[in-house]
Amino acid sequence: MLGLNKKDFRLLMIVLGLTMLAPFILNPFPSSSGLAQFNAGYPDLMQRFVIFGIFAIGFNILFGLTGYLSFGHAAFLGVGSYGAMWMMKLFSLNVIPAIIMGVIVAGIFAVAVGYVSLRRSGIYFSILTLAFAQMSYALAYSVLTPITGGETGLQIKSTDSPLLSNLAEGEIGRANLFGMDMRASYEMAVGDWLFTFNAGYYIAAVFMLISFYLAIRIFRSPFGTMLRAVKSNQTRMYYTGLNARPYTLAAFVISGMYAGLAGGLLVAMDTQVGPERMFWTASGEVVLMTILGGAGTLIGPVLGAGAIKYMENILSKINKDILHQWFAFLPDGLEDFIITLVYPFIGKGWHLTLGLIFMAVVIFLPGGLVEGGQRIKRLFSRKKKPGDDEADKASQSTPAE
Amino acid sequence: MGILEVKDVNKRFGGLQALGDVNLSVEDQSVHAIIGPNGAGKSTLLNVLVGKLIPDTGSVMFDGQSVLGRKPYEINQMGISRVFQTPEIFGDLTVMENMMIPIFAKRDGAFRMHAIESMAKEKAIIEQATEMLENLNLADDRDMHAAAMSRGNKRRLEIGMCLAQEPRLLLLDEPTAGMARADTNATIDLLKQIKDERDITIAIIEHDMHVVFSLAERITVLAQGTPLVEDTPDNIKGHPKVREAYLGESA
Amino acid sequence: MEAIILQILNGLDKGSAYALIALGLTLIFGTLGVVNFAHGALFMIGAFCAVTLSRLISLSHEVAVEGKVDFLGNPATESVPYIYDWFGRATGDAIIDWAVPLSILFAIPVMMLIGVIMERGLIKHFYNRPHADQILVTFGLAIVLQEIIKYYYGANPIPTPAPDAFRGSFDFGAAMGFDPNTIIYPYWRLVYFAFAAVIIGAVFAFLQFTTFGMVVRAGMADRETVGLLGINIDRRFTIMFGLAAAVAGLAGVMYTPINSPNYHMGMDFLVLSFVVVVVGGMGSLPGAVLAGFLLGILESFASMGAVLEVLPGLNQIIIYLVAIIILLTRPRGLMGRKGVMED
Repeated sequence: MLGLNKKDFRLLMIVLGLTMLAPFILNPFPSSSGLAQFNAGYPDLMQRFVIFGIFAIGFNILFGLTGYLSFGHAAFLGVGSYGAMWMMKLFSLNVIPAIIMGVIVAGIFAVAVGYVSLRRSGIYFSILTLAFAQMSYALAYSVLTPITGGETGLQIKSTDSPLLSNLAEGEIGRANLFGMDMRASYEMAVGDWLFTFNAGYYIAAVFMLISFYLAIRIFRSPFGTMLRAVKSNQTRMYYTGLNARPYTLAAFVISGMYAGLAGGLLVAMDTQVGPERMFWTASGEVVLMTILGGAGTLIGPVLGAGAIKYMENILSKINKDILHQWFAFLPDGLEDFIITLVYPFIGKGWHLTLGLIFMAVVIFLPGGLVEGGQRIKRLFSRKKKPGDDEADKASQSTPAE
Repeated sequence: MGILEVKDVNKRFGGLQALGDVNLSVEDQSVHAIIGPNGAGKSTLLNVLVGKLIPDTGSVMFDGQSVLGRKPYEINQMGISRVFQTPEIFGDLTVMENMMIPIFAKRDGAFRMHAIESMAKEKAIIEQATEMLENLNLADDRDMHAAAMSRGNKRRLEIGMCLAQEPRLLLLDEPTAGMARADTNATIDLLKQIKDERDITIAIIEHDMHVVFSLAERITVLAQGTPLVEDTPDNIKGHPKVREAYLGESA
Repeated sequence: MEAIILQILNGLDKGSAYALIALGLTLIFGTLGVVNFAHGALFMIGAFCAVTLSRLISLSHEVAVEGKVDFLGNPATESVPYIYDWFGRATGDAIIDWAVPLSILFAIPVMMLIGVIMERGLIKHFYNRPHADQILVTFGLAIVLQEIIKYYYGANPIPTPAPDAFRGSFDFGAAMGFDPNTIIYPYWRLVYFAFAAVIIGAVFAFLQFTTFGMVVRAGMADRETVGLLGINIDRRFTIMFGLAAAVAGLAGVMYTPINSPNYHMGMDFLVLSFVVVVVGGMGSLPGAVLAGFLLGILESFASMGAVLEVLPGLNQIIIYLVAIIILLTRPRGLMGRKGVMED
C-alpha cells in the first residue's frame, strides 16, 4: 500500500489513528478529577507534539541513518521560522506559502552549512554545526535585528499588511488556511470530559503524517541504505565507487528542510518567533528527543518528541500543593518525607528528571524507548509461550548475538 | 601494453624513500603477485594505485587512462576494486544489503538520489545479488548482520562485493593474513575459480608464499621500495637475488 | 597603543578561563579518549564550591546584645558568625573576606573526588563506545549536575566578591608611562591570570618532570604499548581525570569574583571551550592553552568600538568564525597531532 510493505503500512496507519484521535487519547481523565492535570489534549501542547515530532523525524534521517551528530539543528528550525514569519508579514496570512518559504529558506541554509561542515566528521562535525548554530543565534540576536527583531523577535503587528490579505486598517492579521483560522476549535463535551478539536493541530498533524510517510520511504529506499552504509563503513563506501559526501549532504539538507517545516509550522500556530529558538540548548533538545525515542528507528523520534514535550508541559506544572493532595492519605511525617524526595524531580526540576532518564537511556537502552518496548514485548512473549523461542529468534533481524 | 602501467613512481615520506623508481606492468587477465619483506613499500604502492596516496613523480595508467589525482571512488568506477587486509564490509547492514550496494554503484554511479524508490522493488538487483551470494555459499546468511559473520565469510563477502562491480582489475592486499589454514585454502580456491570464470586481472600483495605460488602467473619482488626482479613463479623460486633479499635460507 | 594593550589585557581573563577548561578537556580526551561534555559543569561546580565555602564560614548564631532592647522591649540580638567565636572578630573578618582564595583548598579535594567518582562510576563504561555516545551521556550528566545545583542554589547569580585587598583597579597606563587612566585593569583579573599561569605551569611541570606524568604522556601517545609494558595505565588515567576536574574546578573558584556564578555558566563556557580545544588541536595540551588565550584576546579585540562600527556583532561570532576557518584549513587544529580523531 502506498509503496510500503505490510509492516510499515500498519505502522503508518497506527500513527494516523493516534494523531487523528489524539484529542480523545490525550484527554483520558475527566476534568473534575485530580488526574486532570495529566491531560495533554489541549491544542497548544498537541501542536507541539506533532511539530517537534517532525523536527525529530528529520533529525533522525541525518543522525539515525548516517551517524553524523549535528549539535546545531535548531538553527534550521529558527531560520525556517523567520522565513515563514516574513512570508506572513509581507505576502499572505495563509500558512501554506509561509510554510513552503520556511522549508525553502532552511533548505538553502542547510546546503551552505552542510557543504562546509560535512568536510569533517565525528566530533569535528558536531563542533562545526554547533559553531554555525551559535553564530546564527548571535547574529539573529544582535546584528540582524532589522530582519529578526533582535531579542524581542517578530510578531504580526497591526501595521503589517500582507499583499494578498485584505485587512482593515489597524487589524491584526491571524494565520489561516484559506480562511480557516488556525486557532479555530470545535469543543465537544461528553459528560465530564471536554474534547477540543483544533484546526491548527489537524493541519500540523497532516504535515506530520506526510513527513512520517516520506521518512519511511527514505528509510526503505536505496538512498536510505546508502546512508546507513555511510554510518557503517565509509572506507568501503569509497572503495565501492560511491561518493559519500553528496549522500551525507543530501541527508543533511533533507533533515534541515524537515526542521524548516517544523519552524514554519510553529510560526503558523503562534505567529511569533525569537532567537532563543536557535540557541544550542534547543539543538540539544532534538538530540535528546531522537535518542530517547530510539535513533535510527522510524517511530522512535516521534515518541521521544512526545515524551519530552509532555514532560516539559505536564511534569513541570506539578507543584508542592498538588503533591500534598496526592500524598494526603499518608501519615504527616511520611507525607512530608516523600514529598521532599519527589519534589526535586518535578515542577521546575523536570530537567533533572529529563537528564537522568536520558543518561539511563544512553547507558542501558542505546536503542531508546523503541528498544525498551521490544525488550518488554520479548519478555512477555517468552513468558507466555516458552515453546515459541525458535519463532521468536527467527523474527529478530540480528540472530547472531 | 599491460592493463596497469606504473612508470618511474617515486614517493618520499619525510626522509624515507618509500617508493623509488617503481616500474611495473600488469598483463591483462593475468594474476600478478607483488611480494617483498616488511617495509618494502607494498602497501604504499597499493595506496598509490587506488588513489589514496599521490606519488611525488611518475605515472600510473590504467587501461590507457591516468589514475593519478583521482579520488578512490573515481578510480573504482574506472574498474579497479580493492580487497583489504582486514575485511572492509558494511558491518551494520545485512549480508544481502552488502551485496546490493556494489551493484547499485555499478548501475547508478557514484551518487544517485533514489530516495523514494523502494529497495524491495529493485528486482533486477536483488536477483543479481542473490545469485552472487549463492555462488559464494553465503545465501543462508543473507539476512544476517555482516559484522556477525566469521572472518572467512567476511572475506568471501568482501571479494564477492568487489566482483559484483565486474571490475577489470582486482587488487588484493594480503587477503589471507591472519586466517586459519582452512580459510586460506578456501580463499585460494575462490580466487582460482574467479580467475577461471571471469575476464579479470588480479594483482595480489601477499606474505604467504603458499598463496603466491598457488595463484600467481607473474611475480614482482619489491625490496626497499624498488622492484628487484619480475619473473614467473618458477624462476623467482630459484632466483639468487630473491633468495638473498627475501626468501632467505628457508626457501 | 593604549587601546591595544587594554584589549590584550581584557582578553587575558576570559582566555585564562578558556585555557584552563580546554586544558582539562584535552587531558581527559588525550588520556581516556573521552569527549567530556560535562566538563563545563565541573567548572560551574568549582564556582559553587566558593559559594558554599563562603556560606559555611559565614554561618552565624544569634547573640543578645547587652544594654540594647528592640522596640518590643525584648533584649536585642545580632547574628554573629561562629568563626568570630573561634578566632576573634578581626581574624574572623579576614577569613570571611578571603573566602574565595580559601575555597581553593576546599575545592581541590572536592573536585578530585567528584572527578574520580565520575570516571569510575560512569565514564569508564564508555571507553569503548562511539564518541557520539560519550558526548550524549556526558551531555546528560551535565544537565543533571546543573539542575542539582539549580535546586540547591536557585537560578539567580550569587555575587561572591574578591577580598578587599584586590578590589579596585591597577592603572597600567601610569605604570607604563602612558597617560594615567587609559589602561585601567581590575586587580582581581591580574590575580586570575597569574593564577591560571601557575596552574598551567604546574600541570605541564607535573607531566614533564614526574614519572607519573611521563607514563601518562606515553599513554597519551600510544596507550596500547604502555599497557603492554605492564603499567597499570587505567589507574593513572583515573587520577588524571580527577586532576582535570580539579583544574576546571579551580578555574571556576577563582572566576567567581569576575562573574557571579549561576547554574548555567558551565554550559556557556563549555561550548566555547570545545571550540577552543578543536582550534588548538584535539589532544594537544599546548594547543589548548595557546588557543584559549588567542581566542580570548581575539574576542576582546572584536569587542572594540572601532571594530564594531565597521563589523557590528563581530564580538559575538568571532570565536565561531575562527573555529570554522581553522577547521577547514587546518583540520587538525593549530597544534594537533597526526592520527588523533581523523575520522
